[in-house]
Amino acid sequence: MRAPADFERSDENGEAVLRFSGNLSLACLGDLPARLETVDGPIARLDLSKVGRMDTVGAWVVHRFARERGAAIEGLGGDEQHLLEQVVAAEHPIQLPPPPPGSFTRALNEIGGAVINSGKTLYGLLGFMGATVLSLWHVITHPRRFRFNATVQRFEVVGVGALGIIALMSFLIGIVIAQQGSVQLRQFGAEIYTINLLGRITLRELGILMTAIMIAGRSGSAFAAQIGTMKLTEEIDAMRTIGVSPMEALVLPRVFAVVFMLPLLGFYSSVISIAGGGLLCWVDLGIPPITFIQRVREVVPITDLWVGLVKAPVFGAIIAMAGCFHGMQVEGDAEQVGQRTTTAVVQAIFLVIVLDAFFAVFFTNVGWI
Amino acid sequence: MSDETGTTETIICVRGLRNGFGDQLVHDNLDLDVRRGEILGVVGGSGTGKSVLMRSIIGLQPPLDGTVEVFGENTIGRDETEALDIRKRWGILFQGGALFSTLTVSENVQVPLKEFYPGLDPALLEEIAAYKVVMTGLPPDAGPKYPAELSGGMKKRAGLARALALDPELLFLDEPTAGLDPIGAAAFDELTASLQKTLGLTVFLITHDLDTLYAICDRVAVLADKRVIAVGTIPELLALDHPWIQEYFNGPRGRAAVAGPNRRVHEDKRG
Repeated sequence: MRAPADFERSDENGEAVLRFSGNLSLACLGDLPARLETVDGPIARLDLSKVGRMDTVGAWVVHRFARERGAAIEGLGGDEQHLLEQVVAAEHPIQLPPPPPGSFTRALNEIGGAVINSGKTLYGLLGFMGATVLSLWHVITHPRRFRFNATVQRFEVVGVGALGIIALMSFLIGIVIAQQGSVQLRQFGAEIYTINLLGRITLRELGILMTAIMIAGRSGSAFAAQIGTMKLTEEIDAMRTIGVSPMEALVLPRVFAVVFMLPLLGFYSSVISIAGGGLLCWVDLGIPPITFIQRVREVVPITDLWVGLVKAPVFGAIIAMAGCFHGMQVEGDAEQVGQRTTTAVVQAIFLVIVLDAFFAVFFTNVGWI
Repeated sequence: MSDETGTTETIICVRGLRNGFGDQLVHDNLDLDVRRGEILGVVGGSGTGKSVLMRSIIGLQPPLDGTVEVFGENTIGRDETEALDIRKRWGILFQGGALFSTLTVSENVQVPLKEFYPGLDPALLEEIAAYKVVMTGLPPDAGPKYPAELSGGMKKRAGLARALALDPELLFLDEPTAGLDPIGAAAFDELTASLQKTLGLTVFLITHDLDTLYAICDRVAVLADKRVIAVGTIPELLALDHPWIQEYFNGPRGRAAVAGPNRRVHEDKRG
């Protein structure tokens, strides 16, 4: 069964003949194809009568050699002849992929492709936001179509489910800000300003921004992956045919959930950060909690809270829509789900940070300093 | 059971197999033999564990109890390196094709070849993939396409091309004709039969398709009551008195399949 394929050359009546022996099968082929390449001169006949088992790969190798050298194949049994005929019938010119372009052309090509792609995505995202607003209007005019249960369920997944991880993150960030701030401020004997630093930066910026990044990673990615998978399994198409609008059933509850949950989570995050910082102030700087809270109330204007809370729903809408939009863009295969999920998170975080810069300038100009 | 093929070598030998998920037992004390060179059809109602049986035999589903021998070697609980030697000798077509979605059809076919025979020349690999693709009835330009660009039937054929990549001795087909149009299904049957004849394949064929059973299966195994209740040729099975078997082969669809070959001769309108 395991005899390796081999051949030997002999001359009969001035004609070159290759006599094959052993098994012409994939497992026994070894370096036979390479050795056949080295045979030179015209070959008139290939004798396969001593061959044991032959499979399609063996038949192909023999056929290819015979075709190149114009040799005749003989000595085949009925089944082997049939096998060879099948392989020959399946032959067709293979289309080789075009050679890859040079590195310069490829770099240009990739940059151009990326630019066009970004433009298209941004355009698509704008369109998607428009569609979301339209379906929101539709739900407002037909309040019965609002999916109350789905929305509340998303509240739980997006909001309640994130409480633990956001608390942990915020508490540690509060400690880090207070610790690093106090070390620097102590050089000027101004440790007491650690409280200003902590209270204002968490309420204005960090509380909301860190929560937005966490929710983009946690819920934005989940939205893209869920909707993308539903797209692949034709669930979205099924919804449409039943008359359920995917925008109303899938996108709006998710957008609502993040828009409502992000201000709450952001406020919660700010409070816990301040608590974490307060703990460090107590342990490290000897400021008792009562004094700390008193001081926070004195130095943090209420407008800082509004700055944070105004930004949060906008960030939430961006995160949810980026997630849902990329989920809806999935087509084809499973790899797309991964790609789109990554893009959704990256784009959401990017847009959140860009908008945050705009907000910072805006609030300074309106005097909420 | 009489042995008509003249060969008695058993390729797959399942003894006392027991499979279950949680409290639910799928197989209990299941015995099955598959002989060399035959096409064995496996039938059974939905949920009787046909696919689970196939997964047990190929070692994807560790059973609760029992032994499975393929080519005379135990497949359960073997370490990976030993299992490779057996895997070289079989090909498997999963229900959905299970093609690797990031590779083209041609690359999919080359995966097992590259994995088991790393020394093969890339040009020869391309050629082998190309003729395998055409052999399974795909158009030649399907080779460079990705699975997402193929229809369901074409995916099945591409899956078969990959299953046949190593010219295996044993072929597992899980519902190969499900979801194909009747012409495509008949062509698939013919293809299976002709490959079985030319390559001397043994085929383990899970199917619901009565036409396939009548057209190409040498023997049929019936799964019911958590075990194989009968194995034999269709006339042998028809002689049995089991209600499910009678219902299956003598139901309206069963009778239509028996009439099928004659109908094809007499009516040109069909198909």
